[in-house]
Amino acid sequence: MRPPSLRRGVRGGAPLPLLLPALIGLAFLVLPLVALLVRAPWRSMPELLTSTEVWQALQLSLVCATAATAVSLVIGVPLAWLLARVEFPGRGLVRALVTLPLVLPPVVGGVALLMALGRNGVVGQWLDSWFGITLPFTTTGVVIAEAFVAMPFLVISVEGTLRAADPRYEEAAATLGASRFTAFRRVTLPLIAPGIAAGAVLAWARALGEFGATITFAGNFPGRTQTMPLAVYLALQNDPAAAIALSLVLLAVSIAVLAGLRDRWMTAS
Amino acid sequence: MIRTVRPTRRMLQVTGAGAAALLALSACSSSDGSSSAASGSSASGSGSPKLSGEVTVFAAASLKESFTTLGKEFEKAHPGTKVTFSFGGSDALAASITGGAPADVFASASPKTMKVVTDAGDASGTPATFVRNQLEIATLPGNPDKVASLKDLTGSDLKVVLCDKSVPCGAAAQKALDASRLKLTPVSYEEDVKSALNKVVLKEADAAVVYKTDVKAAGDKVEGVEFPESADAINDYPITLLRSSENTETAKAFMELVRSAEGQKVLNAAGFLNP
Repeated sequence: MRPPSLRRGVRGGAPLPLLLPALIGLAFLVLPLVALLVRAPWRSMPELLTSTEVWQALQLSLVCATAATAVSLVIGVPLAWLLARVEFPGRGLVRALVTLPLVLPPVVGGVALLMALGRNGVVGQWLDSWFGITLPFTTTGVVIAEAFVAMPFLVISVEGTLRAADPRYEEAAATLGASRFTAFRRVTLPLIAPGIAAGAVLAWARALGEFGATITFAGNFPGRTQTMPLAVYLALQNDPAAAIALSLVLLAVSIAVLAGLRDRWMTAS
Repeated sequence: MIRTVRPTRRMLQVTGAGAAALLALSACSSSDGSSSAASGSSASGSGSPKLSGEVTVFAAASLKESFTTLGKEFEKAHPGTKVTFSFGGSDALAASITGGAPADVFASASPKTMKVVTDAGDASGTPATFVRNQLEIATLPGNPDKVASLKDLTGSDLKVVLCDKSVPCGAAAQKALDASRLKLTPVSYEEDVKSALNKVVLKEADAAVVYKTDVKAAGDKVEGVEFPESADAINDYPITLLRSSENTETAKAFMELVRSAEGQKVLNAAGFLNP
């Protein structure tokens, strides 16, 4: 077994104790996707994919994932800056809290969102009685659920980049008379742009695949809250072939988007 | 520089601890599996006329409360036996049985999901209907919106949740709506009956169409409203012995208990109808 890619590798080639597990790792990740392609109902594909419900779900998924990423950018980048640049008591605790949605089962996240923002929730009841706004079962609810799950990816990525960036650039800007906000806007932001892009891509991908928090908080209604992962799950109940077809669409879309963003993604990592 | 290193190390420690916990968990579950398998095989090997050994029952989620009670009664009546349950969506259970999961008995919430198992040749004998379940409207406690019929759910600005049409409770609700020529636009088609019910328990929805047994299990967190159209969509629950069963005597005895007068009493108390 001599992989041809070794020719271009590091001098001396990859040592076997590293190469073997690496190849197993690659196969482990790729094999299920290949199996999906092998078992895909290619013949009935056109018919499965032209239904309006699929397009509705796909459109909704793309819109909601993008909106959730936008929300995460607007409030996540400043949060990352706060964690990386400002020393305050309990910063470690705040950082842990921010990353909590990463380990929380998304369904629990959905229930937590219901407790907070539901019609009867801690904050939600006031939203309902003061402004007449109820978030569950709405498209806005989908965006909120996805942002809740996806934002930590962005915050962690941006915070890491911020910590790696030299703060002396900002200090230099300050000595030249820039306010802290101007320094952030004109010096820090351009400096960490690749990190922000990487974080945004991660968050977008996570939001696109979000299932548990969405179905728990926003429910499932075609055209309003039924995103692709929900459509896939429900199709799986009685028509696995349709579910595979839907998954392939989601796969193709995310590969297309990630490939389109590849350059910026690469420079960031 | 030190400032950037320290948190990284802490992160590593956290990840390490997490990995260790995961390993411990997996080790725990694997040892659990092997011990139960060992006890099962030793029991079937003894072959004494007295009932013994472990039986694994795959049962629809709605049977959880009543089957757990019956399992305890069975173990008490036959010392040395152990009944292990796996509760879940009938579709998922059927899929794991046809996929080779080791189980002795399958009790499903719909003939359709049972057919998946019989068609695959995984059932031993013909499935028998042991209970039936009827739909009911679950409303908020005290029924503040004065829901009295299925029709009351259609016109007004009530937030109603239904099960998705792909799961048995959603199919049954649709059947009842079609039979009475009603058109109902819910705020959500939930993925299973328990999440539909929970939307009312959490007061996010005003009403849900669920099973009588779910309303009963929720206690005073919801109020049930019966509706006549539910007679058009009653779900049969079939039970069968599985071909892969290695402890057929004990498995059959448990099925007999389920279908006996005593078993039916427990099931009736949970809200099930007699077949």
